[in-house]
Amino acid sequence: MSTEPTKITSPTKTALPPKITSPLKREIYLLSRVGLRDSHTLPVYKAHGGYAALEQVLTGGFTPAQVIQIVKDSGLRGRGGAGFSTGLKWSFMPDPAKDPRPRYLAVNADESEPGTCKDRVLMEQDPHGLVEGILLACFAMRVKTAYVYVRGEYRLSHERVAAAVAEARAAGLVGAKILGTDFACDIWMHKGAGAYICGEETGLMESLEGKRGHPRPKPPFPAGAGLWRQPTTVNNVETLANVPFVITRGADWFKSLGTPKSPGNVLIGISGHVERPGVYELPLGISARTVLEECAGGVWKGRKLKAWIPGGSSTGLLPAAKIDVAMDHDSIREAGSMLGTGAMIMLDETACTVRAMQVIARFYEHESCGQCSQCREGTEWLHQIFARIERGQGRMEDIELLSSLANGMAPAKTICALADAAAIPTHAIVKNFRAELEEHVRLGRCPLDVERHAAELTDLVPEGAHA
Amino acid sequence: MSPSERPALPEALRAEFTELVRHYPERQAALIPALHRCQEELGGWLTPETLEACAEFFGLEPVEVFGVASFYPMFHLRPVGRHVVGVCHNISCALRGAEDILRETCRVTGSKPGGVSADGRFSVVRLECQGACTAAPMLVLDGAFHENLATADVARVLGGAR
Ligand SMILES: Cc1cc2nc3c(=O)[nH]c(=O)nc-3n(C[C@H](O)[C@H](O)[C@H](O)COP(=O)(O)O)c2cc1C
Ligand code: SF4
Ligand code: FES
Repeated sequence: MSTEPTKITSPTKTALPPKITSPLKREIYLLSRVGLRDSHTLPVYKAHGGYAALEQVLTGGFTPAQVIQIVKDSGLRGRGGAGFSTGLKWSFMPDPAKDPRPRYLAVNADESEPGTCKDRVLMEQDPHGLVEGILLACFAMRVKTAYVYVRGEYRLSHERVAAAVAEARAAGLVGAKILGTDFACDIWMHKGAGAYICGEETGLMESLEGKRGHPRPKPPFPAGAGLWRQPTTVNNVETLANVPFVITRGADWFKSLGTPKSPGNVLIGISGHVERPGVYELPLGISARTVLEECAGGVWKGRKLKAWIPGGSSTGLLPAAKIDVAMDHDSIREAGSMLGTGAMIMLDETACTVRAMQVIARFYEHESCGQCSQCREGTEWLHQIFARIERGQGRMEDIELLSSLANGMAPAKTICALADAAAIPTHAIVKNFRAELEEHVRLGRCPLDVERHAAELTDLVPEGAHA
Repeated sequence: MSPSERPALPEALRAEFTELVRHYPERQAALIPALHRCQEELGGWLTPETLEACAEFFGLEPVEVFGVASFYPMFHLRPVGRHVVGVCHNISCALRGAEDILRETCRVTGSKPGGVSADGRFSVVRLECQGACTAAPMLVLDGAFHENLATADVARVLGGAR
């Protein structure tokens, strides 16, 4: 087990390498191969424990039900944002003896929640870890065909995972008669084309079928009627990358990391106003302050923290006073936000939270697929109201209007949770930063950095706006 | 060869797509990957002729293919410059100076966001989060990420694109 800090140079063209490190002394596994030369290739993967879990399962007489049980016992929760039990999700797939229809695994590599860039690290640096996780998931759910839906912009991720699948196929690890057994599994790559909504699991399935990424009403749930109306499971990249380790090291080992209700390690990205932004592997339940101070080197330029987002733009903005919260599902919920994708975004004392919300609301307006009026209209209104408050043209009633709009959008009032993703941070800013909203209205301008904001090109319409 | 003389779907692409559809139980699933390949190979944007040829190949109505293509921001349905520059303006990049990068990109290229420079060399677009948030701010030049940018880097990065 490597306990050395790892640091890699991104193979994409970068002015400065993004820092991907794991702090000393903590056990790491997800990023244990990251930083090795040619970590993305089969020989290096195999030399560092790769495909041992697959071999153990296929030649050790494991049944699919046993694999599901181990994953259930481990307590692994999905890393795509919702935090649902992975083993439980797998157990929803129908028994093939009773339901012989074809079945699919869709790997969610659409990673586009603002602030989030962790799956990319795994796909670029350790793609075989994902491939092995896919094979184990397919064995457990008796799936013969998996699709890896990679967002179109992730060119290197796509290349690396495709190359890993090809290497694995040539080595008899993908395709028919895997490792000489009766287990057969194909993995196909699929490229998205830049719409956030295709990360929502039913939007992803529509998109994979070659349509607009319009989410589907649930029920029916994917396990009953997913891709091409057949039984389907959708799992995030990081979720699947955990699985080989859970198999080789066992559920008890996994539970020894993290917290009882949120076991294991998690990739935490930290971006915004910090000295060393990066993706770090840490046990769930680590204090947010540790991530900020120890991993990211603290707030940049010697400034103070004002506000932070714990898990991507759809999780609510918290005040600096909450920085000692533990990064696990329950603790963050108690603190009034969500773990989401573990993408921490930090705002220093010179940042404007209203401006931040304007950017976030603009994103959800742009990405709403337009099927539900609450979401289509609601996201547009939220953006307009945040923009006018930020410009100094807001009214005090606008603050109430923000809350009532958000109440009209969520929870569970629309086909998918994109409306919730816009409503949740709206509620958070009204609750946690009301004084700053009011100050904008009272002064008739942004109290911070006025010149800079006025100079910004915010009124130009982005190209490629859809729906 | 002018666009009108060019066969809308060259034989090589047809052969590629015939292979691609084998990965799926239904033909239409290969449409979006196919549109990507068309955009890469056939002039950087999807012309009405290309969309019609894809419709014919996939057994769909042209309007259905147009409906799909227009949904996805990565597909260009109007002519673009020889190079496409995108600047992420989402939250992590915005906090680290994305608007300065965008302004400098506009200055260097002479194009507005959403436009094409007068010499046809550059299209400039605003982008949503590209998954480079821990290396913000960033820009994308013809699909390649350039990260951890300072304003002064922009001219150098774009200088290589003729
Ligand atoms: C609007 C929206 C966008 C989403 N985007 C992503 C994404 O980019 N990647 C991802 O893995 N999950 C995303 N999700 C969550 C997925 O719907 C789904 O819960 C997840 O892929 C399940 O995998 P897991 O159980 O392994 O976490 C999104 C959800 C919503 C509502
Ligand atoms: S909630 Fe928004 S994004 Fe989701 S289906 Fe409805 S309109 Fe589309
Ligand atoms: S916010 Fe710009 S890459 Fe994520």
